Amino acid sequence: MTDNWKPACDVKQMQLRAKMLANIRRFFEQRAVLEVETPLLCSATGTDPQLDFFSSIYHCAPNNKTMYLQTSPEFAMKRLLAAGSGSIFQICKAFRNGELGRFHNPEFSILEWYRVDFTMDQLMDEVVDLITELLGPGPDEVYKVSYVDVFKQATGLNPLDFCQLRYAEYAVNNNIKDAVSLCGDDHSMWLDFIFSYKVQTTLEGYSLAMVYGYPAIQSSLARINTEDSAVADRFEVFIKGIEIGNGFFELSDASEQEKRFDQENQCRQKKGLPVVQKDKHFLQALHAGLPDCSGIALGLDRLLMVMCNAQALDDVIAFPFERA
Amino acid sequence: MAKYSTNEFKAGLKIMMDQDPCAIIENEFIKPGKGQAFSRVRIRNLKTGRVIERTFKSGESVEGADVIDMEMQYLYSDGEFWHFMVPDTFEQYQADSNAVADAVKWLKDQDICTMILWNDAPLTVTPPNFVELAVAETDPGLKGDTSGGGGKPATLETGAVVRVPLFVQIGEMIRVDTRTGEYVSRVKE
Repeated sequence: MTDNWKPACDVKQMQLRAKMLANIRRFFEQRAVLEVETPLLCSATGTDPQLDFFSSIYHCAPNNKTMYLQTSPEFAMKRLLAAGSGSIFQICKAFRNGELGRFHNPEFSILEWYRVDFTMDQLMDEVVDLITELLGPGPDEVYKVSYVDVFKQATGLNPLDFCQLRYAEYAVNNNIKDAVSLCGDDHSMWLDFIFSYKVQTTLEGYSLAMVYGYPAIQSSLARINTEDSAVADRFEVFIKGIEIGNGFFELSDASEQEKRFDQENQCRQKKGLPVVQKDKHFLQALHAGLPDCSGIALGLDRLLMVMCNAQALDDVIAFPFERA
Repeated sequence: MAKYSTNEFKAGLKIMMDQDPCAIIENEFIKPGKGQAFSRVRIRNLKTGRVIERTFKSGESVEGADVIDMEMQYLYSDGEFWHFMVPDTFEQYQADSNAVADAVKWLKDQDICTMILWNDAPLTVTPPNFVELAVAETDPGLKGDTSGGGGKPATLETGAVVRVPLFVQIGEMIRVDTRTGEYVSRVKE
């Protein structure tokens, strides 16, 4: 296609993006949250087996060094928090290899922020404030629902009580029988499959929905809930059923974090993926002490997409992957 | 045959699925932020024409199907096979009744059809979108009726039956849309 030198989106979307960024900066300035910058090119990356990264070689032969494009600014920002930065935010690019589709571009814009001494609930309230500021008040109230409740309502299944037979029966009766062979006895994958196909779609009617209390097996970097160890203090933000962001009451226990890294690396090995060096700087920062805080990352391209009522990310990015 | 990763899936790609050659119609990449990525794909089975939905784990790879589309000229039928020729190379192919299927009622010598070849053997034959065929049999129409209203059945030289306006007579050439099986117009010689 000879037209690929041109931007994929209109000037109007570029103007809206500029305005959105200015509004975000004003929002945080008013709340005295400091804007920071951290490296995109990092010496370490996450162990998450679900995130594939880009790596590159820094030339200093014969001791060349592998560097990684960040999949999120989380580790570096937590180092700042541990060093006493106070509440911070960042607008930056993140990179995820192999992720391309209507809602995915391998390079995308992230807004990530951390609030010292905020609980998950307080951060959820701030997310509502920000989204209302950016999108204007929605036609209805914010729909806050626990993962367990929304999962049960949509499917009748209990996401915390895994029974392969019952899940498979549900899949066969609900037109997603491929899940049976793909997910097997992998509880977490079953949850991803059923949530993506059958639960998320029930959120499409809400201009803003927040799902909190993810199962502990999907805790990622969130703390386990103090009252119910089956769930983690993790939440996700959905606008019209589109996943916009993911937040945590942040895990600060260095040895628990290291344990999760090791588990993820074992999982990588099982899947035949390369084992990743644990980020030493990050673990040292946790040892030094991460203050109690909650943090969240929002996908800005997706946010712009819902602001514009666009059908695909390509409609709001000047040069998406195929034109990059 | 080459293998394709789900990351390469896009409309038009031909892959093997349940031992049959299939064409991808649509691929949707699905990934919860912190979870497993899937490819949800709509696929047409090129043998049966049936459309199915399948989900793959992202990063899985599947066997490609050696399937190509080729323009070919229809030559003749010997009763068992229908014979076609590639105009540029004069290479000939014989298609059986499974491959020709419903296209048979539109096939006229010399017409250029689209043949799908799987492993170099005819899989399906698609007639041209428009064909011009002579009317072999139809009720004589009422004199002076020039409107379309209602129409009447007409059997064409290839055996196809289409509804035509009342004024169309035996021996006349008509133009038919093979995708809908509908009469388009008379053809002036």
